[in-house]
Amino acid sequence: LNAKITPSDLAEHRPYLLKYAVLQVGQREVAEDLVQEVMLAAMKGAAGFSGRASVRTWLTAILLNKVADHRRQAGREVSLEAQQEALGADSIEAMFRANGSYASMPQEWRNPEESLTDKRFSDALEACLGRLSELGRQVFLLRELMGLSIEEICKELGLTATNCSVLLHRGRMRLRGCLEDGWFAKRQKQR
Amino acid sequence: MLSCKDVSKLLSDRLDRQLGLMERVRLRMHLVMCTGCSRVERQLAFLREAFSGFVKPTDRE
Repeated sequence: LNAKITPSDLAEHRPYLLKYAVLQVGQREVAEDLVQEVMLAAMKGAAGFSGRASVRTWLTAILLNKVADHRRQAGREVSLEAQQEALGADSIEAMFRANGSYASMPQEWRNPEESLTDKRFSDALEACLGRLSELGRQVFLLRELMGLSIEEICKELGLTATNCSVLLHRGRMRLRGCLEDGWFAKRQKQR
Repeated sequence: MLSCKDVSKLLSDRLDRQLGLMERVRLRMHLVMCTGCSRVERQLAFLREAFSGFVKPTDRE
């Protein structure tokens, strides 16, 4: 297997990287700078690409390092107050009654796999992600997109392990609720 | 008894760490009786699948 990275590879993955960077840092200009750095690093380091990972995974890994550098430079260890704020913003109290039962019954999603190949579904997913707090979104993406462990995420963002797992719980529950209302409910009505 | 809210937290935690024996037992007992939580269980698994596909690119040879 002859692994090579070409400029057209980079161009192809740029929109994805930019989208990902914006989700991570929240500011478009910063995200564009970071993606530019990734492109430069990728051209320089193309020889180090083993071909074992896909090009996109490799580029995403470089981006994640750049995002981490950026965070360190900006001195953005997430303060306890900011953690509390995110926890408040992502609250799921409204989803449950006082006794802990569901305020509205979760519905059955029929054939959800069919949605995975639908472009409009990834738009819906992204819109739902956008409704999480910035921190909640970062934690969720580091976990689900990058596959980092809870320990790694805590270290990366300076969170407590408890806050990390609570943010993940809230993020997941909010995403499932948002997808149910914004995608699956509508889709089932159309049938 | 665990509430659905408690169970949803365990369902989320289970995606990040191994649950303890008692947690697993109580979770299973609840899921047997609870349609809502069984749905949430499948939906969280689906969410994970959706995002694993997000990065897994169309590998070009």
